[in-house]
Amino acid sequence: MMGMWSGSAGLRGTLAVLIAVIGGWEGAVWVFQPPIIILPPPSRIWVDFLEAPSYFLRHTWYTTSTTLAGFALSVVLGVGLAVLIVNSRLLERIIYTVLVALNSLPKVALAPLFVIWMGTGIEPKIAIAVMLAIFSIVVDTVLGLRSVDPDAIALARVNHASPLKILIKIRFPNALPSLFVGMKIAISFALVGAIVGEFVAGSAGLGFVILTAQGQFDTSRVFVALVLLGVLGTLLFYIVEAVERLVLPWHVSQRAVAGHGGH
Amino acid sequence: MVACVEIRAAGKIYGSARGPVTALADVSMDVAEGEFVSLLGPSGCGKSTLLKCISGLEAPSGGEIRVRGERLSGPPKGLGMVFQRDVLLDWRTILQNVLITAEFQGRPTAATIDRARSLLERFGLGDFQNRHPWELSGGMRQRAAICRALLCEPEILLMDEPFGALDAMTRDDLNVELTRIWQAARRTVIFVTHSIAEAVYLSDRVAMMSTGPGRIVEIIPIDLPRPRPLSIRETPEFARHVTHIRGLFAALGIVKE
Repeated sequence: MMGMWSGSAGLRGTLAVLIAVIGGWEGAVWVFQPPIIILPPPSRIWVDFLEAPSYFLRHTWYTTSTTLAGFALSVVLGVGLAVLIVNSRLLERIIYTVLVALNSLPKVALAPLFVIWMGTGIEPKIAIAVMLAIFSIVVDTVLGLRSVDPDAIALARVNHASPLKILIKIRFPNALPSLFVGMKIAISFALVGAIVGEFVAGSAGLGFVILTAQGQFDTSRVFVALVLLGVLGTLLFYIVEAVERLVLPWHVSQRAVAGHGGH
Repeated sequence: MVACVEIRAAGKIYGSARGPVTALADVSMDVAEGEFVSLLGPSGCGKSTLLKCISGLEAPSGGEIRVRGERLSGPPKGLGMVFQRDVLLDWRTILQNVLITAEFQGRPTAATIDRARSLLERFGLGDFQNRHPWELSGGMRQRAAICRALLCEPEILLMDEPFGALDAMTRDDLNVELTRIWQAARRTVIFVTHSIAEAVYLSDRVAMMSTGPGRIVEIIPIDLPRPRPLSIRETPEFARHVTHIRGLFAALGIVKE
């Protein structure tokens, strides 16, 4: 499985598609002349960004740090919960019940509650990001910790390995590939959570930018924020994928990239 | 000879959705110190179940198993195990895979690492110790699995159809190597197989097992001289053993003549 970045052919293809979409958009606006409040042309969006790059980048950075904090917390808490679930039937029942119930709630509906509890700072935004991102981490990590070759466990038990040793030497490395599957989903959800938090109460971040621009009917500014969000989301996803490639050179899905040298 | 493993009226009943299944019924047998014994039989005769009970991974539902005089309650000390699949861990190099048996019990010492290296060397894997399992052929992987089992110098080696998934030539190769290391160190080996020729070639005694329920029907001493070259399989004595065992299985309705 090659990432979209690796291989200049793939990169060229992606660029070609992007340029075609932007060109088509610009051309359509030029031909049909819709009101600027409905659809600004890409050139106008670009100009708007250049007028206040530090403003946009500052808010992008705020959203990025919220997302990363929420993501990191989800991974730590999620892996911890997964280990508890795998080790105890009782805890499994309790944690799963709570988690499934929470996950079936629309998290957006919980956002105001977090604001009441934690105020309007960065904390409620991180909390919402965690609420959205943690589920996929827990589910995928549990799957990975469980799907261990029974013979590998037998081998460990014959050699008198402690449960902790089995966890560290066998279960955890075995779970890493599915943990990364969960992380790739979680990073996008953490970004959604951060934006939701900024929508509900906030004075910073791309969600805040979108909301204030909407108040002023500044559509072009909304689009600047959307483009930045798209770029941010894509970058974050590929960073997780790059880390995966570094951490899991041994996994089946990575071997074509890692090569067969072994040294 | 001292009995290393004593099996007394051991039975194993599994619960299943369709009621209890008797996997093993009333098995009794002694294995002497340094003896090579094969458990031979068709699939479903309980030979792997019996091996699991001897390893202490499963408790027999009836009877008892003693290893060096001590009644089993969990895996005994000094046990090495080889499975049908090599169970090598993909994220570890071959050397690290071999070392894992030592890591399970603590931190491997420099001496243990040296020993792992020389084992790999002896099994023709010296140049592959830093490779990953997926870069090796099936035969090489199973060799590494044997090295892993031998690392902590087990007194008893349990092998569950270790060569069942290999092609015939690799299998011959590993049979020769196994007899060679057994000859040198004289460990007690209990070897599960469904190949009559393999059982006769390797063993001091062959325990023939049958299905429904799984049990030992006969224990046959193999008095062929050692060391045994592969060519021993073409001798009349070897053929006599194989024919005899096949005849017994045929009489039980397990193989057709």
